[in-house]
Amino acid sequence: MAERVGVYVCHCGSNIAGKVDVEEVAKWAGEHIDGVVVARDYKFMCSDLGQKIVEDDIKKEGLTRVVVAACSPHLHEKTFRRACANGGLNPYLLEMTNIREHCSWVHKDPAQATIKAKALVSAAAERVKYQEPLEPMFVDVNPTTLVVGGGIAGLQATLELADAGYPVVLVERLPSIGGHMAQFDKTFPTLDCSACILTPKMSEVGQHENVRLVTYAELEEVSGSVGNFKVKIRQKARKVDYDLCTGCGVCIEKCPRKVIDNEFEAGMGTRKAIYMPFPQAVPRVPVLDTESCIWFERQRCGACQKLCPTDAIKFDQEDEIIELNVGNIILATGWKPFDCTKMPQYGYGRLANVYTSMEFERLCNAAGPTNGKIVLRDGQTVPRSVAIVHCVGSRDLNHNAYCSSVCCMASLKMAHLVMEKTGAEVHSFYIDMRTNQKDYEEFYQRLLQEGVKFVRGKVSEVTDAARAPHEAGKTIVQCEDTLTGRQQRYPVDMVILMGALEPQADAREMGLKCGISCSMAGFYTERHPKLDPVATMTDGIFVAGACQGPKDIPASVVQGAAAAARVQGMITKGKVMIEPVVAKIDEEHCSGCRICNNMCPYNAIEFDATRGVSHVITALCKGCGTCVSACPANVISGAHFSNRQIFAEIKGALWDALGAEETPVSAEMSAP
Amino acid sequence: MKYAYYPGCSLESGSAAYDVSVRAVSAALGIELEELDDWNCCGATEYFTQHELVANSVIARNLALCRKDQQQLVAPCAACYLNLKKTDHLMAEHPEMRRRVNEALAAGGLHYDPGRVRVRHLLDLIYTDIGEAALRAKAVRSLKGLRVAPYYGCQVVRPLNGFDNPEYPMKMDEMFTWLGAEVVDYPVKAHCCGGHMTQITEDAAFELIRRLLDSAVEYEADLILCMCPMCQLNLDAYQARVSSHFNKNFQMPIIFFTQLLGVALGLDFEQVGIGKEIVAAGPIIQARLAAQTAGATA
Repeated sequence: MAERVGVYVCHCGSNIAGKVDVEEVAKWAGEHIDGVVVARDYKFMCSDLGQKIVEDDIKKEGLTRVVVAACSPHLHEKTFRRACANGGLNPYLLEMTNIREHCSWVHKDPAQATIKAKALVSAAAERVKYQEPLEPMFVDVNPTTLVVGGGIAGLQATLELADAGYPVVLVERLPSIGGHMAQFDKTFPTLDCSACILTPKMSEVGQHENVRLVTYAELEEVSGSVGNFKVKIRQKARKVDYDLCTGCGVCIEKCPRKVIDNEFEAGMGTRKAIYMPFPQAVPRVPVLDTESCIWFERQRCGACQKLCPTDAIKFDQEDEIIELNVGNIILATGWKPFDCTKMPQYGYGRLANVYTSMEFERLCNAAGPTNGKIVLRDGQTVPRSVAIVHCVGSRDLNHNAYCSSVCCMASLKMAHLVMEKTGAEVHSFYIDMRTNQKDYEEFYQRLLQEGVKFVRGKVSEVTDAARAPHEAGKTIVQCEDTLTGRQQRYPVDMVILMGALEPQADAREMGLKCGISCSMAGFYTERHPKLDPVATMTDGIFVAGACQGPKDIPASVVQGAAAAARVQGMITKGKVMIEPVVAKIDEEHCSGCRICNNMCPYNAIEFDATRGVSHVITALCKGCGTCVSACPANVISGAHFSNRQIFAEIKGALWDALGAEETPVSAEMSAP
Repeated sequence: MKYAYYPGCSLESGSAAYDVSVRAVSAALGIELEELDDWNCCGATEYFTQHELVANSVIARNLALCRKDQQQLVAPCAACYLNLKKTDHLMAEHPEMRRRVNEALAAGGLHYDPGRVRVRHLLDLIYTDIGEAALRAKAVRSLKGLRVAPYYGCQVVRPLNGFDNPEYPMKMDEMFTWLGAEVVDYPVKAHCCGGHMTQITEDAAFELIRRLLDSAVEYEADLILCMCPMCQLNLDAYQARVSSHFNKNFQMPIIFFTQLLGVALGLDFEQVGIGKEIVAAGPIIQARLAAQTAGATA
């Protein structure tokens, strides 16, 4: 029976119709494409009325196939599949073709764009005739969630889910949860103590009955798909038995090896070779750093082992792989600070009293290496003048084009703390002040009142080359004050560089493991920048916090909670739909060569040794088609992407190049 | 290694020492320089401000003169180097400029496709193509004990030309560290030498020169190394006048980096043009090298 095809061409307001002659495309399709019995154009196909047209035509005209030429299927394929179903047609008998992103938005010449739109519609119409009805499958959702990253975003997500009664596994790379927030002194704009608001959340996570905390560990491998992921976590060897350790701290006290702490203290303080990064660390189980430990250097000392009251120190402990099944994954892997030595004109690393913002946080923190006393590198001089340089590595085409979004507010906070603690004069060098969240602008006003001297300009140089007697011995900031148009020099005692927030060094690698992509800058790409900000293009993988883009604490908390809510939705529903677009092996003709087994990127093909044939685990198959083309016997078919469908599509696209009788391929090739 | 060589006008007159030392050092390092036949003016800074098309055409003629087998062109002078790079870049980025320049070149039977010739500065060439190991192996005299202040100026390292950090260049610093010299990390090494300001407003130019000399003195440098004829001229020829202007007594020798490199490679002072500068560099180099041998025998 010949298929009866309906073609619907969307105007999308002027998005498509502004470039493509949509009426002409619809008219042409009705007249020229075999089997097209209805061809219409409509202002907004995605509107209720547009959908209704499709439904009615299916019923009245007896349509057996539908083509919608509109936007990307990412946006509206679901909409039109539903419309088909409402009309009584199997939703997989719909084909959407994209004449917006792929045509009207990217072409300048209306005539050419119209020709291309016809080719796209023709391709879709030829293809749809060979599409087959498919039935989606449903699988159970594992209620356990994996959260990667124990900063504030990850903690929030973990607590939301755990409090709702669902099990969570929280994996943290460092010895303790807490993230960057644990390093800060105060938080803007309220100036409340960072630790005071963070540590209750940390201990709650540490003691929660629904949370399994895995610190000093890395997510190593992810397989499976939404609802049923299999993950491998590498528990790095702490050299301390997690269960035996009571957290008494004797080992730390007695360890004779002191090293610079480049992690938590940002190089400003020291720690022992066996250490907990900070007093409120969760869990209270130390980590032994084998690179600085005397025992691992020359098999001597062993003080920690000798003195541990519970024999918890295990020098021979090895990394361990933990395998888990989880239903959803939330990545909250955070950010890393910009390396300020990349801008040598600012003198960091060369001029003693140039600091990074993280160094200053530790310097200012009451629990930090100076007990919160703001002093220069000599350890005693209190600065009488401080310069804060904004946008170091941000909004700079040589480094990162983006705005790091938190630095303006953080610099205001620092200016306040400097003035409060030292009475020093503060100059703040900004390009633009960006204080656009609730109560932020008010905080800026407050700092103006407090007397911070704001200079609008990008600092060109920080130097110790004095030009006049009053500059001698000072660190000089050279900047054009763009409000007065004058080059100015500011001799100060201390300079703080507000370094950019950058993606983690291994963000891309981690993204690949989970099957999600990064922006050019290296931050994870959300499913939709406005309407779906915590989901990703891979079902079951969510992102929260600064791994998705620079953000401050409130915004990270919002995303953590949002990601948790999305996951809860999945768990409560209990089942997740799996697209029936999967590969199928004709077992009767399978020779059991197993070539497809190794080719499958999703480990979705299993070999049945007793029968000597391979078969596809449909719940794992993503329908990528690798096995289909790899099979030497040509006995694997990909549902919704059969050879016949693809060749028909090519034929349709080339309608103006091919004669009526010509086919682009031989008859045998167009077999499934 | 064969390269086309573009000396430029300065190296034929005021900066003859640069030319002599470039040729001598290149020969010692096995870099074959073949002077471009019938080369012309690079336009300096003036042409560009007057007429862009004329400036680009004049410069492009030099690029077009490179034979098919001359894929790299060495220009030691900072202004020549920058101009040659700039024209190549402008022709690549702007098809209309490319068309018009080639129209002009066609009158002389020439044509240039941007990207055909790679313009190199000798510092980059020696640092990158020769490299640390080969340079250390070929150096017969250690510069130990000599405190040198590498001075980069503006034109060679600015963004377009980048083989080094434009804000805080280090390649010359590293190179002379390999050769045993004590390199002073003074903070003004990429600051302005005054350029042509000496002709327009002496006060401004002298102040800029003073800052450079003051900083080198503060860091106890024995001499300053240049890679631009303009920088060398300003710091050396105007030194006495800057001294009297500020009531100081500068005695800072200013030479080209290739001259000291030649000394390290075992060449005589005369072979690398030491002695042509106004504030004599010979005595201090001599003294430091002698102190080494004295130290070794003692």
